[in-house]
Amino acid sequence: MTAITSSAASARDYSLTGRDARLAVENGLSAAEWYHTDIPRKQMKELMQRSDQPAIRDTIIWLAAFAVSAAGGIWFWGSWWCVPFLFVYGTLYGSSTDSRWHECGHGTAFRTQWMNDAVYQLACFMIMRNPVTWRWSHTRHHTDTIIVGRDPEIAVMRPPDLLRVVLNFFGILDVWHAMADMVRNAAGVISAAEKTFIPEQEQPKAIRVARIWLAIYIATIALGLYLHSWLPLMLVGLPRLYGAWHHVMTGLLQHGGLADNVIDHRLNSRTVYMNPVSRFIYWNMNYHVEHHMFPMVPYHALPKLHEMIKHDLPAPTPSILAGYREMIPAFLRQLRNEDYFLKRALPPTAKPYREELHNDHPVAAAAE
Amino acid sequence: MSDWVEACAAGDIDEEDVMRFDHAGRTFAIYRSPDDEYFATDGLCTHEKVHLADGLVMDDIIECPKHNGRFNYKTGDARGAPVCVNLKTYPVRVDAGKVLIQVG
Repeated sequence: MTAITSSAASARDYSLTGRDARLAVENGLSAAEWYHTDIPRKQMKELMQRSDQPAIRDTIIWLAAFAVSAAGGIWFWGSWWCVPFLFVYGTLYGSSTDSRWHECGHGTAFRTQWMNDAVYQLACFMIMRNPVTWRWSHTRHHTDTIIVGRDPEIAVMRPPDLLRVVLNFFGILDVWHAMADMVRNAAGVISAAEKTFIPEQEQPKAIRVARIWLAIYIATIALGLYLHSWLPLMLVGLPRLYGAWHHVMTGLLQHGGLADNVIDHRLNSRTVYMNPVSRFIYWNMNYHVEHHMFPMVPYHALPKLHEMIKHDLPAPTPSILAGYREMIPAFLRQLRNEDYFLKRALPPTAKPYREELHNDHPVAAAAE
Repeated sequence: MSDWVEACAAGDIDEEDVMRFDHAGRTFAIYRSPDDEYFATDGLCTHEKVHLADGLVMDDIIECPKHNGRFNYKTGDARGAPVCVNLKTYPVRVDAGKVLIQVG
């Protein structure tokens, strides 16, 4: 890995309707043809094959874990014994739903589409992401991954707002914005930014979902008031705060500190080896370069895909800790120079980067 | 009948698979269903210009490799977000082991 500083000073405009959005289209960075490792069609077909079995197994385990941890939290409510149960429940609610939303939104988790749709709707509610809005925002994220002004899902913009990053480990700003968006959508208002990626005929669906969700939250609060207890909110809504830590921890690693405005996922995405528990919570999205390069491949086939193409990818980050050891210093450097980023080194067996496509600004210096 | 063109040999496409066919500056996708029938559509996804021949055929569905948008390749019907516009389909026949499509 190499650290790179670009010579061109460029205050980034992340607005989806702003200067950089227009420049990305004009420069061909938007809807560009991205690099893919060559895989024979026969092998690719095998990797893409859908199956209900792995996701049904994982979903039974997932729902059972929800049930047991919720039951423990309710049973021991009022004593400290509820804490470990609610910790598990919250992590399932506020973090594992991030990967379920994601994978089922792609339609790759299950072969049977209604199963994808059912888990998608449940996970979207828990992670507080409007299933219509986020389906379209994620489509854009895959079209224009970390393209400034085009990608609505850039978690850490430059220069990094580190306070926001820290607060989001507890869901604080995310939930505030999610609630504001829900109320705004429920009032029938689709923002100008949302209109850039949600087709007009889909917008009423976003409004309908927001109204249903708002009714659920009002009912939950009413139940809490009736019972004179926080418990209903500890089970619906608040876990998105106290259980967000894992999805933020893993999510930041996806692209944090790496290049922006490039059209090669090897440069702007990070594959990280993780422990089995995190991989269950995260549904193998730690193989993030592989996922972006081939979003058709289901989560359960990503380890096999990784083995198949790792000769063409940067060395994977060996652990979550190692990821933070490289990412945090990069964030701190970006506070002083937002053009700083971590450039991935490719193995000798890999096809080289097409540098001419990656830099609309010339790279001036490489260091460290 | 002059706009029938030979796309490929019938055996060039595996069952439940798809193949790209370019002709006269246009690109098509030729499908072989699990029932050993052949179909043809425009080759590019109507959502973004991505070749469907790199996608996945499941029963009567073709799934785009970029955003997982789904179409019924027999009718061209878009089957939900992020695809909203139907695919154009073309008549296909198999003649003496050759797959022909009517591109007009």
